[in-house]
This record gives sequence, structure tokens and C-alpha cells, in this order.
Amino acid sequence: MDAQRDLLALLLDDARQSTEDLARQTGLSADEVEAAIDDLEAAGVVHGYQAVVDWANADEERVEAHVELNVELDRETKYEDIARRIANHPEVETLRLVSGDYDFSAVVVGDSMRDVSAFVADRIAPIPEVTQTVTHFVMDTYKHRGVDFGGGDEDDRLSVSP
Amino acid sequence: MKVAERVRETPPSGIREFFELAEAADDVISLGVGEPDFSAPWAAREAAIDALERGRTSYTANRGRADLRRGITDHVARYDLDYDPEKEVLVTTGASEAVDLAMRALVDPGDTVAVPQPSYISYGPTAGFAGAEVLPVPTRAEDGFKLTERALREAGAADADALIYCYPNNPTGAVMDHADLRPVAAFAREHDLTVFADEIYAALTYGSEHDSIATLPGMAERTVVIGGFSKAYAMTGLRLGYALAPPEAVEAMTRIHQYTMLSAPTTAQFAGLEALRSCEGAVSEMHAAYDRRRRYTLSRFREMGLDCFEAEGAFYAFPECPGDDEAFAEALLAEEGVAVVPGSAFGEGGAGHLRVSYATGMDDLREATARIERFLD
Repeated sequence: MDAQRDLLALLLDDARQSTEDLARQTGLSADEVEAAIDDLEAAGVVHGYQAVVDWANADEERVEAHVELNVELDRETKYEDIARRIANHPEVETLRLVSGDYDFSAVVVGDSMRDVSAFVADRIAPIPEVTQTVTHFVMDTYKHRGVDFGGGDEDDRLSVSP
Repeated sequence: MKVAERVRETPPSGIREFFELAEAADDVISLGVGEPDFSAPWAAREAAIDALERGRTSYTANRGRADLRRGITDHVARYDLDYDPEKEVLVTTGASEAVDLAMRALVDPGDTVAVPQPSYISYGPTAGFAGAEVLPVPTRAEDGFKLTERALREAGAADADALIYCYPNNPTGAVMDHADLRPVAAFAREHDLTVFADEIYAALTYGSEHDSIATLPGMAERTVVIGGFSKAYAMTGLRLGYALAPPEAVEAMTRIHQYTMLSAPTTAQFAGLEALRSCEGAVSEMHAAYDRRRRYTLSRFREMGLDCFEAEGAFYAFPECPGDDEAFAEALLAEEGVAVVPGSAFGEGGAGHLRVSYATGMDDLREATARIERFLD
């Protein structure tokens, strides 16, 4: 269990590390690391490996919005049913059921504000169970998935110290 | 201007010489750093900012803020250390000041201070500034660089007045548990040695919990335990340490402290208190990162064929190197741009080794070890 937690921490920090380097850090053999990663994937703990991208530095236009959704359930419809219908759209990057003033929190991406607005208005709002949407456009990102986009990583320590 | 003799007689640190070489070189990856690569946990930094915003910029009590002293005694209880925050704690400007105060307050000119080597570079000179003689006590790789009763006896430490050591050790990463410390404690009791136990790396052990010599029978009354916030909480620049000792020793150290430092930096004391209150999670994360890098570094050195015992504390590996360690480190720096510290900078017993700090990010560690491997081929 500790080895699994160790591996997850290492993969979250840098999923591009070689199996050999993961083995050196965990004290496991390379074969054990391979097997543990296979287990994590098979158990649905690890679903994939993605880069953390600061789009502000990319030559691409990309607009992201956080959309709050309220829904109304009936006897035949569950949260899961509505979630599946919303999540199937490729524009929806993240979808979570949350507690509080609204039911679902969605992250929607598009090439422009118009795209995102149109998507919410034409594809999400008309779903019969959806009673309200509130869209918040992301204006700047300072930290994402634990990575600080503001830099501050410079090492100003003395090169040799006691 | 005339420079005092005791200063003239103190040679410059071997680390300083190597620092100048490393600073002059280009594109250097440094594994020569004796401090964390993390910043202090944000909650501790916030507490420092808050203290400044509130204008808490006055001196504190000479011994340090009462709440911080209580925080420290509560904290060290995890190592079974039991001290009275009113009389047995002194908050200092880094652990280095605590070492200096212990030497000046508890050692007389002409006394002898036994210093196991290799060891942190300041002990010998600090003893010298206090007018004491230094007795080197070599520790050996085959003993895992632990201090032994045999080494003390063979070095003539029976005639010494004090003993100062650091475990978990800088530069070797060696640790000593109760079984290792018991004969050392017996030796100290038998020969009436005062012990300065520098436990600044206590939180950074990677096997068992840290053991303090002061918890052994008859030792608390002859031991000054030195600790601080620099290593575990990554607060080196905030300069905050402490000494735990019997009341008469704390009183004596405070007498010097009140005429020299007056009190430890107030901002740092607020940061330190918050670190104790709320930063255990951050310490655990840093500890886990060091442990992974420790395994990585040891494993890479062994793959390269460098002999390296399994260091179980601090954040250093101490591999043997082929040939002269200073020549090796200089050539490694010149040819591959990797800075490591020659073991001989830490005194007798360090020769033929390198201090390699893994308090650096994995990318640099990966690249640096690849360069060392290329250098060895």
C-alpha cells in the first residue's frame, strides 16, 4: 500500500519518469514497478497521463469556463444519467457533482467566448432536467493541478554551503 | 589592523574554497548544497508576514517568546525529551549560535573538546574561538561512520572535557540509535564529559525515529541538545534554533546571548511557532521527497560502482571516490560541471569520500548523476 502511494506521488509529480527511475526511488525492482502501475491502471486508479499546460504561453486561443449547473431529478432520472449526457460532449473537460448551491460543476473549453457561450446555450441549457446555468469565464490561471504558473522556481541558494 | 591570534590560527573552511571554485564555473549543477531546496511551508511564511504587518518588530525575551519555548518542548516530547520551557530552553539565532553559546558558556580556555570526524565544519573552529583544544575522533566507513566507544578511547577522549557530535550526521548521513549511543553515554559518564548533541537533522531519518542521547540514564544533566528549524522546516535563512539543557547551562548560555544577540529574530520566532503548530504535513511531504531521492542517489552510485553505505538520515550521500577526493571533485567540476564537496573538507576520516547533497530537484539529480557516471567512465 505504501509502495502504491509512493508510486502515485511520483507519477503525479512527473509521469514521464522511466520505470528504472521510479524503481530507484521506491526501492522496488523495475518489474515490480511495471506490475504496480498495471494494477493501478486496471483498478481504475490511474486513468491516464497528461501534461499540465499553461495556455497563456501557447500560440493557441483557448477559452475555459467554469459552469455551475442546477438540475431537477425525477423518479426515472438520476444524477448519473444527466452527468453522462453532459460529459459525452467533447467540450466538457471536467464534470463533477458537488455539494452546495448548485449540483454540477463543469469545465467547458472552446476556441472563443462565443463558442463556449453557444455550447452552453445550445447544448447544455436545453437538457430538460437542467434548470439553471451560470457561466464563469476563466480570465487567468495562477496555479493548476498543484503547479504554480507564476514561476518562482529559481534556485538562489549558494552553490556550495556547509 | 591586527587580527586576533585565535582567528588568524583558524584556517579557512574547505567548503569556502570549493564554493569559490564552483561559483567561478559555468553551467554548474550543484550537489554541494547543505540546505533544503524547498522553501519554508507557506503557513510559516504567512505567520512571518503577519508578524511584520502587525508591526511585531521589537526584541523578545532573551530566551525567546514563551509560546515558542512551550511549542519547542511539546515538539521534542516526540523524542521522549522532557524539558521545562521556563528554565531549560533557549531560542537562538540558528542552531549555529546554540553551538557557539554552548562552547563559550560551558567550556573553559584550555579545555579539550572531542569532535568526531568527518563532521559539520563549524565545531572545531567554534571550540577554538572559545579557547579550547580540539581532539579529532576519527569515525570509519566500516562502522557506518558511527561514533564508537573504541574510537573515543583510541583518540584519547577519556581526558577530554566535552564532546560535540551531530547525528543524523552532516556530511555522512549516518544515524545513531539508542544501542549505538549507550556505550558513548557510558563513556561520557565515566569520564565526566559534557555532551553537545547537535540534533538539527532529527526529523530527517529514514528508518527508525530519531533517538537522543539525552534520554539515556544520567545524560540529560550533562547534555545540551541543539535543534532548529533550518532543515526540517526549510527555514535556513530565517536563522532560528534552540538549545535544551539543565537550568544552570541555559542560564549561562543566556548570559552570553543577552549581551550578543539579545534575542533571536522576532519575525523568525513567529514563523517557527506556526511551523510547529501547523506544518507537519509539509514536513512529511519534504521528508518523503528526500527519501525517494536518497534511494535514487544510492542506487545510482552503486550502479556506477561507487561504494556507498546506506545513509539513513539528513540529505547527504557519502560515497567513496577513486583517488584523492579534492582532485576528484575539482576535475568533476571542471569537466562535467557538477559540484560536490570533497569529504576531506569535513576533517579526518572524510578523505576519499564525497558529500553529495540530494536536496535538489529530481531533474538536476538525474542529470548530475548521469554526468558523474560519464566522468567515471
